[in-house]
Amino acid sequence: MFEGVPLSWFLVLSTIMFFVGVYGFLVRKNLITMLMSIELILNSVCINFVAFNKILYPENMEGMFFTIFIIAVAAAEASVAIAIIINIYRRIVSIDVEKMNEMKY
Amino acid sequence: MTSNQFMFLLFSAVIVIFSILTVTSRRILRAATFLLFVLVSTAGLYFLLKYNYLAAIQLTLYAGGIVVLIIFSILLTSHISEKLPTAGLLKKWPAALVALVGAALCIVVILQYNFPGSVVDTEVVNVRDIGNSLISYGEKGYALPFEVISVLLLAALIGAIVLAKKRKD
Repeated sequence: MFEGVPLSWFLVLSTIMFFVGVYGFLVRKNLITMLMSIELILNSVCINFVAFNKILYPENMEGMFFTIFIIAVAAAEASVAIAIIINIYRRIVSIDVEKMNEMKY
Repeated sequence: MTSNQFMFLLFSAVIVIFSILTVTSRRILRAATFLLFVLVSTAGLYFLLKYNYLAAIQLTLYAGGIVVLIIFSILLTSHISEKLPTAGLLKKWPAALVALVGAALCIVVILQYNFPGSVVDTEVVNVRDIGNSLISYGEKGYALPFEVISVLLLAALIGAIVLAKKRKD
């Protein structure tokens, strides 16, 4: 227990955030908004790691390092994804996933 | 209610409200701004847990870097006044069902399990310890993931430049 805040509160919060991200990923059709949903999902996972680390094993730092690495991976992923999105926009002047059917069989 | 509980509830209310607005807002620039609010309140949660270095990384990398990148790409690819079309009901209801059922299942499992809680309130993690752990390869050393991440960042840098480069046709 972290001075009155139980671990389950953190877990419930990150669960809600994760599934809001899943909903956005399924519903949205714009590539950039889908990327934003992925950022929400990654962020909820980070909260989980940090809460487990601080409340169950406060003498170790594993969760914090994993969160740092997740943030680095998210930054790399966002930069490459945005490069791809801009390339697609140059080609078909739209970033709607429904209009990307050039490679469709 | 302690002050920690109050601050946690405040931050989590901001996170939940603005993450729902992020995925439902019809103006894409507003969605990006709401995402910024979510990321900043997550940094607030890290400050609450006394991971100051992590909160600083969250603020600079996520709120400062990724959100600015997303906003730039929004400005490059769409009009500000343009409204996104709403998803059809045929697409919205299955997605909402998946999200609600999944969230309900996870929350039920979480609330049934009795997590042990230790009241150890450790001090703020020293930045010197973090740096020493990142370059040591013994016990509690993270030299290998650090090197892997640096290779990944180099690959992402080169990949982004090559992908976004103008083609000579």
